[in-house]
Amino acid sequence: MIQLQNQKWIPSASPVAGLEAEMAIEARHLHVYYDDFLAVRDVDLQIVANKITAIIGPSGCGKSSMLRAFNRMNELVPSARTEGQVLFHDQDIYAPQIDPVEVRRRIGMVFQKPNPFPKSIFDNIAWGMKINGFQGSKKELEESVEISLRAAALWDEVKDKLHQSGLSLSGGQQQRLCIARAIAVKPDIILMDEPASALDPIATLKIEELMHDLTSEYTIIVVTHNMQQAARVSDYTAFFTMDAGRAGVLMEYGVTSEIFTNPRSKVTEDYITGRFG
Amino acid sequence: MKPLNRTLLELAPKGRQLNLFRKPRWNEALIQGFLFLCGLFSILTTLGIVYELGKEAWLFFGSGQVSLVEFLTYPRWQPQADEFGILPLLNATLMTTTIAMAIALPLGLCVAIYLSEYASLRARNIIKPVLEILAGIPTIVYGYFALTFMTPMLRAIFGADVVEIYNTASAGLVMGILILPLISSMSEDALNAVPRSLREGAYALGATRLEVAVRIVVPAAISGIAAAIIIGVSRAIGETMIVAIAAGAGPNLTLNPFKAAETMTGHIVRISGGDLSYDSIDYNSIFAIGLFLFFITLILNILSQYVVRRFREVVE
Repeated sequence: MIQLQNQKWIPSASPVAGLEAEMAIEARHLHVYYDDFLAVRDVDLQIVANKITAIIGPSGCGKSSMLRAFNRMNELVPSARTEGQVLFHDQDIYAPQIDPVEVRRRIGMVFQKPNPFPKSIFDNIAWGMKINGFQGSKKELEESVEISLRAAALWDEVKDKLHQSGLSLSGGQQQRLCIARAIAVKPDIILMDEPASALDPIATLKIEELMHDLTSEYTIIVVTHNMQQAARVSDYTAFFTMDAGRAGVLMEYGVTSEIFTNPRSKVTEDYITGRFG
Repeated sequence: MKPLNRTLLELAPKGRQLNLFRKPRWNEALIQGFLFLCGLFSILTTLGIVYELGKEAWLFFGSGQVSLVEFLTYPRWQPQADEFGILPLLNATLMTTTIAMAIALPLGLCVAIYLSEYASLRARNIIKPVLEILAGIPTIVYGYFALTFMTPMLRAIFGADVVEIYNTASAGLVMGILILPLISSMSEDALNAVPRSLREGAYALGATRLEVAVRIVVPAAISGIAAAIIIGVSRAIGETMIVAIAAGAGPNLTLNPFKAAETMTGHIVRISGGDLSYDSIDYNSIFAIGLFLFFITLILNILSQYVVRRFREVVE
């Protein structure tokens, strides 16, 4: 594990100066390009393990690009290019010998729009386990599916219709199914890209409660447009904004309560008080 | 607020009255009528074809020489001997169709998966136009390709004493090449229509490209692929020129693909090219075959619509 005190000290990169916490993943001098367009510029960001880190900022500031750099999802876009390092268990996930498939098995993702597979609720969970080399018996598979659904607070709602299509669920249930699906492959980190923005307030609340419960076992990085949500759920907040060249830069990073009550920079303050964005 | 309101009031036409009654809109009615006629045209054409086929077929069955049961079950088609059993023709059609689909389906699906999931932009830009050229080649050229290339090749491989000059294998294989672009382009459309979010969801679970393609994208596109298969089968059953040239000129009930056999379409072409009097039973017989073909493709069309609907329910 990456211990802060062993790292070269970059003040803006760590949420709290001198914090001796376990780091889950760390970006160093990260740049993300789409063809010639620089979407994320020179970001250093350390993510604390078993905490929720929110990435906030105005539209187009590179939040999603930053998030997707953490599990190499960006490269599914043919024009995307990433420079710099992302350290995960002391390895740079962008090193040539690293297989992005293996990276994504350890760093899962939940998307803005719920995207369950057109399979049964059961198979939505089981599929990811099977492709990740699940060897157990049918009974063990069933147990694992139940555990994942329980962890995603969905079990009671679907236990009697596991063989119905995942698409028959409501939007909020679908999103929890996607979270259960991500949990089932036992990742270390779960990336969430505006996981509740397509949901109604009650479903949103459920997702937020769920995120909180998940921190006992997982590290969560969540991109959100919703200031209140960031304030409610996250332990740390990274505020991104655009520089003069419209590239996303990390403006401020710290403990969420600090960022929201006592921001260091004027830009952050303007954004969180709703003056722009 | 005040100044703006006043400006709007000043701009409004003077003496404007409230009138909510219907006003005649002749151009709307005209265009609607024209569009309706366009739709009617295709329906009338279909009805005309069915009428003509039905009329001649009625004369055929009404002649008293052939009953419908005999037509459908008698194992020989020899108009000279007044034997009109469609089985040999149907058998040849099914054989060429099966051989064609055995080529076109796996290859077409592989091409579609390659193009939609794997191909770089450059590979796509080369393969797609080539496939379109393949689809644009006149079928008569395919027919002679079968006769002068495929047949000699089959004879070289399996022996000239095994493979006849005219044979259903050669015609079927070339027909497979003809149908391949149809299957691949329709299947590719279906694969491309699968939302990106599904692929991303699978990749985010640590799926490989192959797993995403075969186990997420293809199942999600299955209704479109099934429709492509059924339309491919329809096309193969109705295909005429290749089988007329390469499959053989004489009804022959055989399951050996290396023997000559005449398909339904091939027979219609040969008979209508010969000198037959218009009211002979031979002449009427080809309309009975035509009607039979029409029913087969009709059933396949209905089936494809059913399949598309059925699978869509499962997927959505």
